[in-house]
Amino acid sequence: MLFKLIEKNKNIITSPTFKKIIIILFIICLTLGLFEALILSPSDYLQSDAVRIMYVHVPAAWISLSIFSIIAILSLGILIFKNKNFVIIAKSLAPSGFIFNLIALVTGSIWGKPTWGTWWAWDPRITSMLVLFLFYSLYLLSWRIFDKQKAINISSCLALIGVINVPIIKYSVNWWATLHQPSSIKILSGSAIHSSMLTPLFLMTASFALFSVLIFLMKYNTELIKLKNKGLNRL
Amino acid sequence: MYGKKVKLRIIFISSVFITLILSVYIILKLLDDNIVYFKSPTEIKKLSDIDKKKIRVGGMVKKDSINFEKESISFIITDFKNDLAVTFSGSVPNLFQEEKGVVAEGFLKDQNFFVADKILAKHDENYMPPEVSKSLGN
Repeated sequence: MLFKLIEKNKNIITSPTFKKIIIILFIICLTLGLFEALILSPSDYLQSDAVRIMYVHVPAAWISLSIFSIIAILSLGILIFKNKNFVIIAKSLAPSGFIFNLIALVTGSIWGKPTWGTWWAWDPRITSMLVLFLFYSLYLLSWRIFDKQKAINISSCLALIGVINVPIIKYSVNWWATLHQPSSIKILSGSAIHSSMLTPLFLMTASFALFSVLIFLMKYNTELIKLKNKGLNRL
Repeated sequence: MYGKKVKLRIIFISSVFITLILSVYIILKLLDDNIVYFKSPTEIKKLSDIDKKKIRVGGMVKKDSINFEKESISFIITDFKNDLAVTFSGSVPNLFQEEKGVVAEGFLKDQNFFVADKILAKHDENYMPPEVSKSLGN
């Protein structure tokens, strides 16, 4: 559905006005989000100001997981229906997902030192997140190393194998005894995060999502230009 | 609706995918004991023999159980069913508190006594400002 929409409105999406709107929305969300996260929101009763790391860590993890899931769904379409537009969309989504995965790992480590007392723990949540990072790296590398058709097939297979890891990351904290805390926000039972801390969390999530869209648009345009310059109608 | 080739691809990819999920599931099931980051005092009680390997034990720090001695700290880890006494010499993280989660890494001397060489504080999923915490009676 969404992808058909993208295909139909290709001209609107690649237009500079659309990009400008996204940039403006991103700047608004980021400024409000940072202001809320760093100044307005209260510090935590246990971890005091270290809680502010969460406003970067959690949205980054959410975004990187969602982007990988989208790439996997697109890859399924690529392998089954040989849809050429999906190839460019999936390829253009990967870099921002990769960066947010890296941010989630690094900020988690920075948070872990003052609260847990360690930079790194081989705990199921953290290890599975590292595995996702490796899959992102392999996915991006496969586009660089292999030739056109081979790269499309190999990267799509990688995305499909890697997506098995996504539910493992999500439920690792419920299935096993982990050092990482369980999810605070559950769809059915509400949030274990106080409402004054939710506003910055959602604003930061929105701004990260807009940032991903922005990077996606830039990458998508470059890929289209690359195709045009090669004078190829096929990939 | 779709061509024969597309149908074949759908069947093939889904069977590969299901096989992969099943094998991952079996691997995770087999490794279950080793994936957990720590064991609870109840699981320690069930151990038939105590080996010399380094293990991690986790649970809550029992209320009023922290004792600061000259060069070491002793406290009790509980999962509200069984207890385990722990001694440790070294510095503890800031979040190490009574009635909060803790993970201790070290060696088991016997089923009731654990010598830790590293203490990690476990944070739970609750985040709130200090005023709210006070009004909840903490």
